Amino acid sequence: MEKEGRVRIPSGCAVAGIVNLQGEVFGAGDIIQSIACMHDRSNGLGGGFAGYGIYPELKDYYALHLFYQSPLAREQTEAFINQVFTVKDCGPIPIKKNPRITDVPGIWRYFALPDPARLEECSDTEEEYVMKCVMQINRNIPGAFVASGGKNMGAFKAVGYPEDVADFYRLEDYRGYLWMAHGRFPTNTPGWWGGAHPFTLLDWAVVHNGEISSYGANRRYLEMHGYHCGLQTDTEAITYLFDLLIRKHRLPVRVALGILAAPFWDEIEQMEESAKRTWKAIRAVYGSALLNGPFSIIIGSSHGMIAMNDRIKLRPLVAAEEGDYVYVASEESAIRAICPNPERVWAPRGGEPVFGLLKNKEVSIADSPVVARAV
Amino acid sequence: MRVEVKLDAKGKGYRQLNSEVRQALEAGATQILLDGVNGHYYLGAGLRGNQRLVVNGTPGNDTACYLDGPEMVIYGNAQDGLGNTMNNGRVIVHGGAGDVLGYGMRGGELFIRDSIGYRGGIHMKEFKEKCPVIVIGKSAGSFLGEYMAGGRIVLLGLDSPEGQIIGRHCGSGMHGGCMYIRDTVDRDLLSPDIMNVPLSKSDEAFIRMCVSRYGEYFGLAVEQLPAGSFLKLVPRGNRPYARLYAGV
Repeated sequence: MEKEGRVRIPSGCAVAGIVNLQGEVFGAGDIIQSIACMHDRSNGLGGGFAGYGIYPELKDYYALHLFYQSPLAREQTEAFINQVFTVKDCGPIPIKKNPRITDVPGIWRYFALPDPARLEECSDTEEEYVMKCVMQINRNIPGAFVASGGKNMGAFKAVGYPEDVADFYRLEDYRGYLWMAHGRFPTNTPGWWGGAHPFTLLDWAVVHNGEISSYGANRRYLEMHGYHCGLQTDTEAITYLFDLLIRKHRLPVRVALGILAAPFWDEIEQMEESAKRTWKAIRAVYGSALLNGPFSIIIGSSHGMIAMNDRIKLRPLVAAEEGDYVYVASEESAIRAICPNPERVWAPRGGEPVFGLLKNKEVSIADSPVVARAV
Repeated sequence: MRVEVKLDAKGKGYRQLNSEVRQALEAGATQILLDGVNGHYYLGAGLRGNQRLVVNGTPGNDTACYLDGPEMVIYGNAQDGLGNTMNNGRVIVHGGAGDVLGYGMRGGELFIRDSIGYRGGIHMKEFKEKCPVIVIGKSAGSFLGEYMAGGRIVLLGLDSPEGQIIGRHCGSGMHGGCMYIRDTVDRDLLSPDIMNVPLSKSDEAFIRMCVSRYGEYFGLAVEQLPAGSFLKLVPRGNRPYARLYAGV
């Protein structure tokens, strides 16, 4: 199998997301139907889903989803996990055979918390500790890959069409309050299990249609802040940028989005004096986090869902609202396939975020410093 | 003789639906009603003749691409790429349309009741008697008329509470054709590649004709239609990038 970065395959993708703003859980049927409506946007070389709220019984534990390419990789990883975590529960992720999903790796999950003594020893926060452990597995154990590691969430991805991937992972058995999906048409890199979307880190999951031409600059910037970009893929960089800007730098979410898709200099010139100063400073400090190139992305977290385009809208994105639900997708038909007559349907402008943030107090972004300081 | 055929798109892939449309036309249908359309790509692709297709739902990307004669009436929103490289005929959309409307269009007419996405009329062109026309009822996204090489775009600007009926970079790279845009727009949104020139009598007659046909297609009375003035935007030159990569 050729790994990322060894082969270039020129080519679009499909993205879709649904969130219930009250945090009420619903089955995966709708997201499967929505992404399946855009079947021809992908080519069978990658499909994946992320669900939030799917592990209510174990919601306080980090749910590590692992791919193993060999028994040795599992042996080494489990030895490491047992060293750095206290594992509450673990086992193979339930799958069912699907003739179109082949070369299946070992797929396991672990519900775990950082080992208290070790966490105490280092000066890291709990999240930082988990992030470093995840990066160590991905970097140092050949044949092991962490597909996701957040609390009460999980990524389910594979090489195949999204509807086959959903069938393979028995996704119909899960219920969540936020679902996002991706159908991959790989550009630049071959399709492999780890390279399918969503990409995740801690609580974040990102699906992406597009190509980030600033990848090199973004990667160098992230590496200065301790992130290891090992997958040679732009979506990984977007995920880490989000983690850096919001979790670590505690920036207001609108500022973080304005860094990734910054206002143009001529737009800044037209702003009033204080906004002009602010945005000039933001662009100066965070210039290396600007995402250049065409993209539409959906960012999932326990706070809810955010979707956004590049500044000049070189990739498609449509949004809709119906009752407590917010929908986004690459095509309007993918929304209408599951919600035939939404109250509002719109195409966001380039760089204009669509927010589907939870209203529920317990998990709302409103309780975090992120929004307390929002612009 | 009028022969009407009804087709239900539900549960069918776009290849099957398009092939059923072609078969019905070959068998002599003059009007086809398509129900339950949702995301089916390429509807009407390359069809020739003077038949009529009525689409209920949300047709997929590149609907009416290479259309060469028939009339399509869509009750719903069109997605991206409507009228891509269309050559002849007419599409009437009772709703809005997505990005790259009329991409490289070389003939025929698109009437859109509501708003459209980014890059409407990108690289449309004209040659001798072939002159494509796009009429948009409400507003348009950024890059309207980008790289436009010919044809006519008419933007009516109905119901636009925010005032701005176009986005940024309107007419960027435009080097042929003409846009008539209702004059409510901020001049900063216009590309330096284009300029506003006075309307001639024939321009005014053309706009009146488009407005009245828009009213007729979408059932609006004359008093609901714009009476205000229009900008006539034409390229400053036919080679906007002549000096972009030049030494000086």
